[in-house]
Amino acid sequence: MKDAASAPSRLRRHFHQARWEEPIIFQLSQPGQRGILPPQPEPELLAEVGPPQTLIPQKLRRQHAPALPELAQPQVLRHYLRLSQETLGADLIVDAGQGTCTMKYSPRINERWARSPQFAALHPLQAEEDVQGILEILYRFEQILKAISGMDRFSLQPQAGSAAIYTNASMVRAYHAQRGESHRNEIITTLFSHPSDAAAAVAAGFRAIILYPDPDTGYPSVQALKAALSERTAALFITNPEDTGIFNPHIAEFTRLVHQAGGLCVYDQANANGILGITRAREMGFDLCHFNLHKTFSSPHGSGGPGAGAVGATAELAPFLPAPLVDFDGQRYFWDNDRPQSIGKVAMWYGNVGVILRAFAWAMSLGAEGMREVAEIATLNNNYLLKRVLQAPGVEAPFSPGHRRIEQVRYSWQQLAQETGVHTQDLGRRAGDFGVQYWLSHHPWYVPEPVTLEPTESYTRAELDEYADILAQVAQEAYQDPAFVRQAPHRSPIHRIDPSVLDDPALWALTWRAYLKKKDKWPGSDSSSTP
Amino acid sequence: MARLGFIVNPVAGLGGRVGLKGSDGAAIQQKARALGAHPPAQQRALRALAPLRASHADLQLITYPAGMGEDVARAAGFTPEVIGELGPAPTTAADTRRAARQMQAVGVDLLLFVGGDGTARDVCEAIGEQLPVVGAPAGVKIHSAVYAISPEAAGWLALDFLQGRTRGFILAEVMDIDEEAFRRGEVQARLYGYLRTPAGPRWLQGMKAGSRPGEAAAQAAIAQEVIQQMQPGWRYVLGPGTTTRAIGRSLGVEKTLLGVDVIAHGQLLARDVTAHELNALTANYPHTQIIVTPIGGQGFIFGRGNQQIGPETLARVGKDGVLVVATREKIHRLQHRPLLVDSGDPEVDALFSGYISVITGLREAIIYPVRPA
Amino acid sequence: MVSHPYIPNAEPHIKRAMLESIDAASIAELYADIPDELRLQEPLALPQPLPAESDLQQLLSRLLHKNRTTATHLSFLGGGCYDHYVPAVCDEINARGEFLTAYAGKTYTDHGKWQALFEFTSMMGELLEMDVVNIPTYDGYQAAATALRMAGRITQRPLVLAPDSIAPGMRAKFQDYCPPDVQLRWIPYDRATGCWDASALAQQLNQDVAAIFIENPSHLGVLEENVAAIIEMAHAHGALAVVYVNPITLGVLAPPASFGADIVCGDIQPLGIAMQYGGGHGGFIATHDDPRFVMEYPSRLYGIAPTSQPGEFGFGEVAFERTSFAHRENAREFTGTAANLWAITAGVYLALMGPQGMQELGETLVARAAYAMRRLNELPGVKAPHFRAAHFHEFVVNFTDTHLTVAEINRQLREQGIFGGYDLSKAFPRLGQAALYCITEQHTKADIDHLVHALGHILAPSFSSPSSEKTL
Repeated sequence: MKDAASAPSRLRRHFHQARWEEPIIFQLSQPGQRGILPPQPEPELLAEVGPPQTLIPQKLRRQHAPALPELAQPQVLRHYLRLSQETLGADLIVDAGQGTCTMKYSPRINERWARSPQFAALHPLQAEEDVQGILEILYRFEQILKAISGMDRFSLQPQAGSAAIYTNASMVRAYHAQRGESHRNEIITTLFSHPSDAAAAVAAGFRAIILYPDPDTGYPSVQALKAALSERTAALFITNPEDTGIFNPHIAEFTRLVHQAGGLCVYDQANANGILGITRAREMGFDLCHFNLHKTFSSPHGSGGPGAGAVGATAELAPFLPAPLVDFDGQRYFWDNDRPQSIGKVAMWYGNVGVILRAFAWAMSLGAEGMREVAEIATLNNNYLLKRVLQAPGVEAPFSPGHRRIEQVRYSWQQLAQETGVHTQDLGRRAGDFGVQYWLSHHPWYVPEPVTLEPTESYTRAELDEYADILAQVAQEAYQDPAFVRQAPHRSPIHRIDPSVLDDPALWALTWRAYLKKKDKWPGSDSSSTP
Repeated sequence: MARLGFIVNPVAGLGGRVGLKGSDGAAIQQKARALGAHPPAQQRALRALAPLRASHADLQLITYPAGMGEDVARAAGFTPEVIGELGPAPTTAADTRRAARQMQAVGVDLLLFVGGDGTARDVCEAIGEQLPVVGAPAGVKIHSAVYAISPEAAGWLALDFLQGRTRGFILAEVMDIDEEAFRRGEVQARLYGYLRTPAGPRWLQGMKAGSRPGEAAAQAAIAQEVIQQMQPGWRYVLGPGTTTRAIGRSLGVEKTLLGVDVIAHGQLLARDVTAHELNALTANYPHTQIIVTPIGGQGFIFGRGNQQIGPETLARVGKDGVLVVATREKIHRLQHRPLLVDSGDPEVDALFSGYISVITGLREAIIYPVRPA
Repeated sequence: MVSHPYIPNAEPHIKRAMLESIDAASIAELYADIPDELRLQEPLALPQPLPAESDLQQLLSRLLHKNRTTATHLSFLGGGCYDHYVPAVCDEINARGEFLTAYAGKTYTDHGKWQALFEFTSMMGELLEMDVVNIPTYDGYQAAATALRMAGRITQRPLVLAPDSIAPGMRAKFQDYCPPDVQLRWIPYDRATGCWDASALAQQLNQDVAAIFIENPSHLGVLEENVAAIIEMAHAHGALAVVYVNPITLGVLAPPASFGADIVCGDIQPLGIAMQYGGGHGGFIATHDDPRFVMEYPSRLYGIAPTSQPGEFGFGEVAFERTSFAHRENAREFTGTAANLWAITAGVYLALMGPQGMQELGETLVARAAYAMRRLNELPGVKAPHFRAAHFHEFVVNFTDTHLTVAEINRQLREQGIFGGYDLSKAFPRLGQAALYCITEQHTKADIDHLVHALGHILAPSFSSPSSEKTL
């Protein structure tokens, strides 16, 4: 069989992002244009009720029409299609560059039913007898998550990972309150866990205690955890493997120690993609966990949502889960609202059901063996990419030298930065010139000059080579012509922005109307640019 | 066009290579030269300018004659504006101070200086916090936090600042090392003062949308957290530093920046105490908490700049009675190195082996490694 | 095992070659850091998979066809999720792979996405007449809960006054999310009008109140005619006015800002997004361009910026350096994945509709709802609307005097292929047997007549003779 990997990697040297020079939609407006016509009330109906304006109290009537843009339909379509072309969605590119985001293939078939009327036209308040199909899907998906994690019950209601973390923090709070231990006001987390683990904890009323990693291993030591534990410990919130891609082998000891101190253990499973079918929350000793369905379970990222954060609980914690939960009485599926200890609602309805529906379909396509294959190949791809990326000059993968990684790696360009003065952001903008994304790190940047790569299971070997070759190319350019890299991007839809207006309340504009008010104070405002 | 002030201390680092500690003092410098030590300051200075030269940035160097900057500037390919005058005698601290003052007078956007702790002290004495500065290390082991980790790093930081890629400033400690003691093998570092230096490119995202905390806001948040935990009837020993000063300010107390003060009932009980005085104040007072922040670039929480908090006091208060505070920026600048303790008593130091909690914001603390130096 | 289409490198030869290239004898080596005692020994207990796409299609199709939907049944359900018409162009744009699968790309690689999001916030800004609008959070309830916490942080006060006419789900959300910053106090709504009881409000307003929460229209469908006066009362006590609004109304209703609202919030689902069983929501928050307010948004904020080319724009994150620190700065919130695809969709919708479309739509909704109320009110024992107030497109219908429960009425409507208004009797027992009916532009006059006719048949038997199904 021909080894495709031996073919020379094709750097897209002449790639250029679509550049439409597309005006802001308000600039395309022409008075009187109509994009769509709503239905008009029937004349006989109007005859009965009178002019609609008279049905609205005078005090409440809008005096001036809103200054929305006016375009005809083809122009609206054209405008947004052009904007879509100026967006590097994962469908189009080797998206190994958005580490922690798990940019795997979102199977197209899943769009078919998510957009079918049998799903899209369901109102959340419909009678249960009319929604048995979707309820069954939710129930069956819960069973799948239970098997994957070992947890006893799931709520699919939180609408993103951060929402799930907040939900877990609420449950921790409720649990301790019920036991009369509300003095437990500290949540321990780690530097390399998602920042929402600390932020949501604080938002829920806790103090965040952040364990710094051991500078050699890259994960916190047991001693560090012990230094953080006290009678005020409410819970440990931890990701494992963390964003470095390193698995903390002491995790069971961590959970044991936290339990001993009277705290709960909460598993942020944003980084589940490399361990599906390999290990589980239950065996590690967790009481609560969550999965990001728009990451691990293939639901599309939607340019930043909608997502879904499925929360799992042991039987002991299950009573606190958000209500309602889906249940089955042997004959029919129903919403169980009889949950007196529930923390209440976190979403308006039942969560982002379309995201869940796609996740269910993905899981059904793969099954147990398939999911294990997902994890193994995601991990293989990551270790392969690691080896290839380290061939570039000036880069290293800090911590645990000689150890493999799980599904992602956080690299450091510190050496390259010290030698050339080119920063990781510069490298990222230049990488975009070859048609890829490049994601640095969550804040704070403990790893200097970071980039975090997560290939997932979806790319071919040649695609992984392409990504590694791009980084090598850009790194070489940094040594040979640092100014060129610092001035990147060179092939993007727009030229370099002047960010100074974004830092000044007197100049920043978060809407077009704000811009119109402030534009005369902007730098270069005497140049000819009419709205 | 950006204006960069450039000062080289030509004798910095002179003694280090040949095993003589420090380079202040004419006798030491003579001895060093006799031993064949060429001043490394010029080489380090050249390395600091390299990034600025390579970038072809639009900038004007303003510097002092001959070995205090002009030689290196020309060697690096710049056409500097030379101000000031030097006599034939070897340069001294007074020359450094004069150069800094003159550069401030003629107006520069940033002052880049090459030297050691002594140089930093001289610059600080001359201009204080009035100009932003970047220190390029050329001296023997440096304690002042104002120095970048290498001459190149200093050059890059200067370039980033001049080209608008940095965010805000921090106040960095300037340590005064007693050279005599140093040559005897003792490190006696006194906290001399503070210099204002640019915080690096954005590594720390703001906690709130639309804004990120500047150093002062971060310190105020820490102060708020500390104050919320204060209990009536307790005495609080506040070590030197800008973060502990912020705690004082939030209480409405003007704490000394460089000294150790004691606060009780929300008021100043004693200011700028000596070790002896502190011992006496805490001897029979069990409800005492010591609040310190790392001083100097090496990350010492005890032993550099706050020796007034002596081993007897520490032994009595214990590790549990110590509260460490620091901004995330300060921790970041440690670059993964642990916090250090040098109280003067190894048994007391051993209490601080392992990890320590550091308050870094409102409702936020970190667990960070600490060990005896 | 056959190589799954989603996993290219699972093909055995490829897998082996890749393992060799990284000097690994097996996949197991890659997991060396995971202790043996944590390794699963058995495959996961999952159902038999369906790797063949047509098999998967059959399963999903079979399952989803068990649902009966508003596409085939006449539905009068509302209550926060609305069956408005979804323009084809909206679906076209949010199905584009570029928008569908983008995520966290920044200024240059995702320029199109940022422009689309900026255009959304800008169009909302025009509807709301406010200069700052966030990129939406999860849904309207989250936006409202966050807005209340923002008010708490801005005013440094602990209380929020809210009417007890809000949806039970919103109430539950507030009770979970608000407490770290603010506590809620419930003010009974006026029994006759459904609106804010001004005297009850006056009694409760004091220096501890951070904000009052006003829904307009309310969950129970009424328009708050005295909103300006209520807001003035709040302001007189130094409290902020947080107003929750349905954006679909803003073509004909004055925006809350014109009455003095400080923070405006709501849900974008009515703007071109299919209902999806409640999975099509996004919550917006809007304020004036005051740094005190802007600093309190928990989400990232993106602004427009010039580029080196005159007339060209880019977008970047707003991030100014805070030098001051609010003395009692309370818990900050968190940010992450939210509802961007829906924000883009809502922008497309508003661009298609334009000012005239929004106005015409609003007029159609109001007119048809008024017609529905008239016709329903003519039915024996039925009172529509229940509240003596103006309404927009939702209204409470009271069936108490019919001696039939809403549950029973809806069951019978169901048999005729109609989803009746949502049953309020449990959540709002004081209303008796009442239901919330929603009219959208998809309801023609004929549809409304059909509903009335069907209800007429259901109600007629119980009125003319006693029935065993009579209940209170």
